Amino acid sequence: MAVPIIESPRSGRVAPEYSRTSSSRGNFEMIAWLFMRLSGAILVVLIFVHLWTSMVAGDGINGVDFGFVAGKWASPIWQIWDLTMLWLAMLHGTNGVRVIINDYAEKNSTRMGLKAVLYASTVVIVILGTLVIFTFDPCPVIDGVAHVAEYCPTS
Amino acid sequence: MSKTLVPAGTLYRGREGQWSWVAHRITGVVIFFFLLVHVLDTSLVRVSPEAYDAVIASYKNPIMGLGELGLVAAIVFHAFNGLRVIAVDFWKQGPRYHRQMLWGVVGLWAVTMIAFSIRHLSHVFGG
Repeated sequence: MAVPIIESPRSGRVAPEYSRTSSSRGNFEMIAWLFMRLSGAILVVLIFVHLWTSMVAGDGINGVDFGFVAGKWASPIWQIWDLTMLWLAMLHGTNGVRVIINDYAEKNSTRMGLKAVLYASTVVIVILGTLVIFTFDPCPVIDGVAHVAEYCPTS
Repeated sequence: MSKTLVPAGTLYRGREGQWSWVAHRITGVVIFFFLLVHVLDTSLVRVSPEAYDAVIASYKNPIMGLGELGLVAAIVFHAFNGLRVIAVDFWKQGPRYHRQMLWGVVGLWAVTMIAFSIRHLSHVFGG
């Protein structure tokens, strides 16, 4: 009995209409796939330490207040830590939701609408979060009234 | 026993592979929406210390405490299963052991959550 020879799917030339990488998209999807794995591995470390400092160490969740945030952001290490976490988590999450929208929203207009909302939210949240980290004032003066905590310099 | 009609071809193969994928999606979406809210509530430190403390104080009740437990459960699963996905994609033997790795993920998740629950719930419910 002759054994039929089945060619490997990747052998030979792929007709242009079946090519997976269209010229306009480039290899964006491959870069996105790789980014999810790289950022994911880094985020495991960043977020587990974040959860430890805010929910396990010390008084746990009861210890979180304005002074806790001020104490953390007094150190540039925690500023960079939180900034990296913000950017990586937002891009990782945005790409994840983008993939989910592409999977389930079948109408072109629905898909584009949902992604427009998604990208707008991402831009707003990332810019807001970045500004908050870098413009944070541990001893703010609000409407001429100084907020004085024990760690604030006395004038 | 009546035989149920199974469609000839489907991409959904069930079992550990498909259900871990479903759980990864659901936990991912939950975490993403929390992240949006979390950046917004943290941004209140730029409004005033009182505004921030007021919102954080509203988190410090038993119902939110249980919500935090659920959130951490979602994060820990997504983290461990994500490392499993990386192993499946980049480790030569990954696809072969993906089921065993999922049970490893579930086991590690359970141990982590038992330890975290004891610590967190004692903070939430007094102590």
